[in-house]
Amino acid sequence: MILGSINPAVLMAALMVAATPILLAAIGELVVEKAGVLNLGVEGMMIMGACVGFIVAVNTGSPIMGFIGAALGGIALSLLFALLTQALMTNQVASGLALTLFGLGLTALLGQGYVGITPPRTPKLDLGPLSDIPFLGRALFTHDIVVYLTIALVGAVWWFLKYSRAGMILRAVGENHDAAHALGYHVKRVRVFAIMFGGACAGLGGAYLSLIRVPQWTEGMTVGAGWIALALVVFASWRPWRAMAGAYLFGGVVVLQLNLQAAGVRIPVEYLSMSPYLITILVLVIISSGKGRSLNAPGSLNKPFHASS
Amino acid sequence: MRMPLLRLEGLTKAYPGVVANDDVSFEIGTGQIHALLGENGAGKSTLVKMIYGLVKPDKGEMILRGQPFAPGQPSDARRNGVAMVFQHFSLFDAMDVAENVALGMENPPPLRDLARRIRDVSEDYGLPLDPSRLVGELSAGERQRVEIVRCLLQDPKLLIMDEPTSVLTPQEVDILFRTLRKLSSEGTSILYISHKLEEIRALCDEATILRGGHKIATCDPREKSARELAELMVGQVLHPPERPARPMGDVVLSVEKLSLKSNNPFGTSLKDISFTLRAGEVLGIAGVAGNGQDELLLMLSGELRAPSAQVKLKGLPVGHLGPNARRKRGLVSAPEERLGHAAAPDMSLTSNALLSASERKGLASRGFIDWSATESFAQQIIERFDVRTPGTHVLARALSGGNLQKFVIGREIELDPDVIVVNQPTWGVDAAAAATIRQALLDLAGKGAGVLVISQDLDELLEVADSFAALNEGRLSKVRPAKGLTVEEIGLMMGGAHDMHVAHEASA
Amino acid sequence: MIRLEKRKEPSKFWRIANPFLAVVLTMIAGGIMFAMLGKDPFVAIRLIFFDPIFSETFASYSRPQLLIKSAPLILIAVGLAIGFKANVWNIGAEGQYIIGALFGAGVALAFFPQPGWYIFPLMVLAGAFGGFLWAMIPAILKTRFNTNEILVSLLLVYVAERILAAMALGLMRNPDQPGFPGSRDLRRYEAAHNAELIANTGMHWGVVAAFIAVIFAYVIMTRHMLGFHVQLAGQAPRAARFAGVAPARLVVVCLGIAGALAGLAGMFEVSGPGGQVRIEFASGYGFTAIIVAFLGRLNPLGIVLAGFLLGLTYIGGELGQMMLQLPGAAIQVFQGMLLFFLLALDFQTNYRIRLTQGMRA
Repeated sequence: MILGSINPAVLMAALMVAATPILLAAIGELVVEKAGVLNLGVEGMMIMGACVGFIVAVNTGSPIMGFIGAALGGIALSLLFALLTQALMTNQVASGLALTLFGLGLTALLGQGYVGITPPRTPKLDLGPLSDIPFLGRALFTHDIVVYLTIALVGAVWWFLKYSRAGMILRAVGENHDAAHALGYHVKRVRVFAIMFGGACAGLGGAYLSLIRVPQWTEGMTVGAGWIALALVVFASWRPWRAMAGAYLFGGVVVLQLNLQAAGVRIPVEYLSMSPYLITILVLVIISSGKGRSLNAPGSLNKPFHASS
Repeated sequence: MRMPLLRLEGLTKAYPGVVANDDVSFEIGTGQIHALLGENGAGKSTLVKMIYGLVKPDKGEMILRGQPFAPGQPSDARRNGVAMVFQHFSLFDAMDVAENVALGMENPPPLRDLARRIRDVSEDYGLPLDPSRLVGELSAGERQRVEIVRCLLQDPKLLIMDEPTSVLTPQEVDILFRTLRKLSSEGTSILYISHKLEEIRALCDEATILRGGHKIATCDPREKSARELAELMVGQVLHPPERPARPMGDVVLSVEKLSLKSNNPFGTSLKDISFTLRAGEVLGIAGVAGNGQDELLLMLSGELRAPSAQVKLKGLPVGHLGPNARRKRGLVSAPEERLGHAAAPDMSLTSNALLSASERKGLASRGFIDWSATESFAQQIIERFDVRTPGTHVLARALSGGNLQKFVIGREIELDPDVIVVNQPTWGVDAAAAATIRQALLDLAGKGAGVLVISQDLDELLEVADSFAALNEGRLSKVRPAKGLTVEEIGLMMGGAHDMHVAHEASA
Repeated sequence: MIRLEKRKEPSKFWRIANPFLAVVLTMIAGGIMFAMLGKDPFVAIRLIFFDPIFSETFASYSRPQLLIKSAPLILIAVGLAIGFKANVWNIGAEGQYIIGALFGAGVALAFFPQPGWYIFPLMVLAGAFGGFLWAMIPAILKTRFNTNEILVSLLLVYVAERILAAMALGLMRNPDQPGFPGSRDLRRYEAAHNAELIANTGMHWGVVAAFIAVIFAYVIMTRHMLGFHVQLAGQAPRAARFAGVAPARLVVVCLGIAGALAGLAGMFEVSGPGGQVRIEFASGYGFTAIIVAFLGRLNPLGIVLAGFLLGLTYIGGELGQMMLQLPGAAIQVFQGMLLFFLLALDFQTNYRIRLTQGMRA
């Protein structure tokens, strides 16, 4: 039995690592969409983060600087999107696509000299005795700090949206921007901040790929992770904890598929490696087949806002 | 006279191509209920937006309690005790009542305390509300309560109300007026915007009349007749439409025991609807917004399909047919929303003429469009219905509400239908255009078509309808002859006994 | 204070001028980028935009290339543009292109080495059908389950790429050369070869197909009810339903046309310029075509111009790589910038900039 050679604890641990980059990108996009903006440029911002993070980390020797650089890279690209969609009122779908195409090209250019280099290692967080717990220790407590910070971020976003006044305003802007404007809220300002947050998160997610998960820089290395993150937001019905559950589910599929490859299952690698995409589509179908608009989908999502008065 | 709470001096605001307010001055006394009266487009909205800090005046000044007042944004206005209830509610469907209230306040207390205060205040003023309910699930009247309670919690000195009764049943209007009088007696000034004259005469201490951005007069509305006020407002003498006597023909449209689920999660499903419409008859259907009017129109136009035999056109089942198949058989419609539903905003009038006419006017053969025929059809509508526009190439969104509505209704009438269904035919339309539209509908009935008018404007329905019914929560009342109906009876039909009960309780 | 003010009608002038302005701005920004890479910007820009057509040294090679590169871009973009007008966002043309190529090649390889006039027409049908089929996945999921077509069509690109790899390494691998990945060279199989129709012009059946598609799309969009309904659905979905448009049918039609055209493009490529099913066969035409569609203002005739321009950047990019050692990715950046500038400039079409004094009462 081939499957017997797969250790569940290792699988679980690998799953958390595989899920982290798309979870980061997804939680960022979730906030953006809650503010009523659809940014399809997640893939572009992610690859930007992967590339900039890698370059900074290699040149400074510090993964932390790398992550900071990645977040800034993601923000830079997201500001371009904000400029287009919020100031110049362009179509959000087209602008998001442009962001992705541009990001893929730009990073291919920037990252030219960095192919084949190994980045500085990000240390595992030492959780002492916790990691010695049988099974759970290996599965849950042997990770780098980013994995845990990402979980904390999910919690923070959940709290922010549900309990904070700023989060309530953000939701209001996303739900009905005309009403929010009539009450005197700055729709565009809120949205620009949300877009920047989304950019930072996507950038961090990309850097996690190039600095920890792979860890290497190759052109176009996100291979659709940004799009999967977008799908995850829909899957989660715009709820942070469900986004995390979705990311872990997805991570599970990826890891299982990789393990099957390694275990030499007699299915060609190409077919196994398409499974994450197929599963994502399948999940999207199941989620969206419910009738009508989900109550949680922001009412003004992907609608342009121009104050007439 | 008491010291004025707010004095406006020479307020002027111009937009490209139109001066919305030109040198408008008047005063609102403390505790006064002051009406702002004017047609659509007279500049009422711009004026109150300036007071509420949403728009900055180009010229002029405001003095609030003796101090210069120039709110840069709504929060400045709120801090100075100015609160506003919007006509199109500034509410958030997917959020609960407490959150909606909190969003309209400067420094809201924690949500739990707020919920308690909402309960207290809303009951004090006879406007009961449950703070934990989702706003999207509330009726139009309840949604207005949310807006009002949101304002009351801030202890306003001046409460601006923009067309508050357009969404209420007559009984709900009574409750609202009682609330407003109580506020006024407590010293709160109210700026009450409306174009409904009887209401203003019943409620207000003083009225300022705007026309074309200018102040026409400030007067005591109780000393003027409704007709005098109307002529001040419109600037011309109005004639009620002529109703040619006409014999009723055979039944052209019948709906039998139809229930249909809404396609919108916040919509109203139709429940057990039955009625018949005869040739030459004008059937008016009243109801407060959101009681199934949209769904009724969609079901009749063919955008929502119904079981085939439950909708019959000239005796033949059409329930399963789509819009074009129904048009072909003689049933046409004009939905409420002009821009985006009855017409495509970013398309020319020619294209918009094609929108519903391709079938009956033979404007396309084997799918290929005859653009020159389409253009002359558009031209024909423009001429016959006096649509003021430079030409057929103009985009629909560039037309004023009244002109576009004349075009849309005209288009459907020109199709020479056996049955026409219209929803809110004169909503947001100036008085002259409204008169044209009503006359055109009556003329069509005179020619033997069945006309179904869905409207929230009771005056309009009483003016045109032969028979009358009301929608309430997706149910249609019995159809009754319009002649001899009193406003109270209509109110009962619109609200149902259940709401009356609540109203009496609340007022007790 | 600067404020945007919505125009009563979109400006016709800017609608047409903006694509040209965007090209100029891209050249300037691209020049700056090249200067930062340490290349002479003027030489580089000339090499990319002028030399492929006008230089005596290169033109004999690159002029035919212009048709070869532009034809698939135009073919795909024409289909995408119809969908974009209807607000049906098929961004997975790359996948449809791949599957079309596989279907076409599959037919050819099945008949190999038989001669026959009917083989090539069958491949054309198979190619269109393959693309159509692949596009039907997002179409049916959208209409049946309301699944977002943007995400599904895009994710299917990754799936198609892996199917391509599996085919190149497995089922379609050339049995005579099992050591190498990739199928037989269709250019050496006469019955299946999409050969040049006129020598040294780059003119092949795919160019003819693109030409026909442009005319077809132009007529549909300007003269036919289908085109009217497409625009109506894109601009005012409720008005479209009022006009009797069935949204589901429109989604199927739009995705179907785009998929079939992309499939055709893939088939003509694999049987001609590409030659064989290889892992690297997909070269991003499906994504670049999105830029072509926008740059051409979603108008079939505009798309022809835009297709040639972006085709040119491919060839110019290759020249740049050869002559100046410009990085290949520079062209991708170029294409991305082009779309950015176009989108950014387009606000002038719909809005007017006004300088107002911040007057206070």
